[in-house]
Amino acid sequence: MSDDAGAPAAPPVPSDEVAAAVLERFPEAVFADSHGQAVVYVARSAWAEVAGFLRDEQGFSMCVDVTAVDHLLDGVRHSPSGVSPERFEVVANFLAPARNRRIRAICEVPEGEASASSLTPVYPGANFAEREVFDLLGIVFEGHPDMTRILMPDEWEGHPLRKDYAPARVPVTFKGDPAPR
Amino acid sequence: MIRDLDPAGVGRLERQTDEGAQELRARSREAVLPGGPWPEGLGDTMIVNMGPQHPSTHGVLRIMMELDSEEVLRAKAVVGYLHTGMEKTAEELSYVQGCTNVTRMDYASPLSNELVYSMAVERLLDLEVPQRAVWIRMMMAELNRMSSHLLFQASNGMDLGAVSMMLYGWREREEVLRLLEMITGLRMNHNYIRVGGVAADLPDGWQEATLAAMDLVEKGVAEYDALLTENPIWLERTVGVGLITVEECLALSITGPVLRSTGFAWDLRKAQPYLAYDDVDFDVIYTENGDVFDRYRIRLYEILESAKIVRQCVERMPAGDYRTQDHKVTPPPRERINESMEALIHHFKLFTEGFRVPAGETYVAVESPRGEIGCQLFSDGSARPVRMHIRGPSFYNLQAMGPMVRGGLVADAVAIVSSIDPIMGEVDR
Amino acid sequence: MGLESIPHNFLTGRLEDVVRWARRNSVFPATFGLACCAIEMMATGAAHYDLARFGMEVFRASPRQADLMIVAGRVSQKMAPVLRQVYDQMVEPKWVISMGVCASSGGMFNNYAIVQGVDQIVPVDVYVPGCPPGPETLLHGIITLHEQIRTGDLMRRRATSPSGGAGIHLETAHS
Repeated sequence: MSDDAGAPAAPPVPSDEVAAAVLERFPEAVFADSHGQAVVYVARSAWAEVAGFLRDEQGFSMCVDVTAVDHLLDGVRHSPSGVSPERFEVVANFLAPARNRRIRAICEVPEGEASASSLTPVYPGANFAEREVFDLLGIVFEGHPDMTRILMPDEWEGHPLRKDYAPARVPVTFKGDPAPR
Repeated sequence: MIRDLDPAGVGRLERQTDEGAQELRARSREAVLPGGPWPEGLGDTMIVNMGPQHPSTHGVLRIMMELDSEEVLRAKAVVGYLHTGMEKTAEELSYVQGCTNVTRMDYASPLSNELVYSMAVERLLDLEVPQRAVWIRMMMAELNRMSSHLLFQASNGMDLGAVSMMLYGWREREEVLRLLEMITGLRMNHNYIRVGGVAADLPDGWQEATLAAMDLVEKGVAEYDALLTENPIWLERTVGVGLITVEECLALSITGPVLRSTGFAWDLRKAQPYLAYDDVDFDVIYTENGDVFDRYRIRLYEILESAKIVRQCVERMPAGDYRTQDHKVTPPPRERINESMEALIHHFKLFTEGFRVPAGETYVAVESPRGEIGCQLFSDGSARPVRMHIRGPSFYNLQAMGPMVRGGLVADAVAIVSSIDPIMGEVDR
Repeated sequence: MGLESIPHNFLTGRLEDVVRWARRNSVFPATFGLACCAIEMMATGAAHYDLARFGMEVFRASPRQADLMIVAGRVSQKMAPVLRQVYDQMVEPKWVISMGVCASSGGMFNNYAIVQGVDQIVPVDVYVPGCPPGPETLLHGIITLHEQIRTGDLMRRRATSPSGGAGIHLETAHS
């Protein structure tokens, strides 16, 4: 994304027509071109609405993937202008097989209020994926029919994929070592 | 001999019912929600647990079923018994080491995992891989598809009671594994497709070995076809079992042979070609009924299509480099380390720190034997990923189990889980 | 109980040999394939590498009928109680082979999710390294176990030591 020298960066014009349609319906969304793929950064409050729009009006009948990322320890934060970065991002990839297109939607989720609306009313296939995000990163999806842990045991405490959760390496000892490595 | 694919020509056997015997209840086709809270068993029903240690759950899958005598009213899949923390481990490993981790997710087709991860990293690096490497990758991916589908034939047969299929399927799979061992050095978890290309060039004599293996596999597939496809017991157990529609598949994010069995010929190799798939000639196999029999046949014929692609790769393999010459990403040849200080430094940096990837994020998807496998990768300019998420097809395909088993018998549930072909390594990661 | 409780002398020696021969030649493995190693275990049971020639053709699904538990694959925290339960359900004499590096020591996954070695949970008799161990390596491990069964040292050691012979030291509340 290039800007004029000295002037504030103008929001990039979407090269992708679906992204353009999203930006038209949701004016506060921001478009980004990620290595040739269309990405729209939308507000957390509009998350489920965007999904509904994509499915009903743009033909994205499949939600391919829902995941999230914790940016707590990032070296360089990759964030387009116009998006206020938060600690977590929830990422959803969509596919329109009839149009043979993909689009990605990202919303910022703050640490203090780690929740977003669930996509399961629109895409039932996001069920397991959102449970995994809750289990491993602690982001609650409102409206999900079964917001419980899926991968860790039910009584596990903590959310392992968060950056402040230690990987819990056991020190490895070899025969003859004076001390554990 | 292999008959032409004729989805409607097989016909369905009429269900024979005795007078007074119980009819199977009609399956309801309402919209599905795979999760849901699990209330206590109501009245005469029984809640039964299948797994996680069970001979036919394809790994450590636990299925809780509510049964009314032999009929399944409801089923819920409980996963997580193989959760390995691989995505957390990926944040500790450099991009060079990442393939060793990713390859153990879908352990029946490890090269697909390596491929999708390598392609995601290369996308973030804007790195182009030489043509020979592209074709080698494609050939290896197809060999892996064959070995995975042969494993499916073996375990599917065994689950349904055709125990001899286990031995037949493994006989041909051993041929493909021998070939993979010759090329990559390992039978499984190869760590062969790496960022920048592949780990080593194809060995001498690979063409003859590959063609010989293809002949054996094609002969084996003809035998399985003759054994099973018109076998009345097989048809009775698989035709009309585990029905699913294309709308349900799309709503539940299901891809791969399960989606293709519903009449929708969606295959990423044709729809969104990667590597050199738009340059080779092959067909996408699909059927229309959406039952277990269809999924068996799709995977059977996909073995033949993969053999077709492999034969084309043998004929048309381009000469050239097997990995990129950019030594910031791939290690220099070992002999050079003795001669060149630069090579030594590159080698040192690659195997200690790894290479840095500019900040960004991407999603790359390929067609694994189970469906669309994707890698969502976030980088921050350092040598380790911020987040590496693999979209495992079996994780989503298991959501199909709910609607498919409802209204069927317990034995059908075994057939259905087997036809989804889940690999728990990529479900739980 | 069983053979080990008979006082060991020259009279019972022949009987013990026969019993050990029988035990060694018909070890029934329990299906405990977890991950990638399970695929190689299936390969070992298939026609090319053929476990059947060692008397181990039948993989018993029910732990009650099994003698040997081959823990093939990585054991996660959620699976650990299940592993112990299946082991407890097996009837004596029973043996455990820890197949692969994940089962032996946690393997390459040194993190929160994987038990660092199944010997934290069950006593192991033979460790088979590899990631995954090829069928020849697993066969070597199985034949090693057969040798141990044949000489009978394993069972004698187990009968006499308090921790079941595998070097597991159980800490009781008062020690």
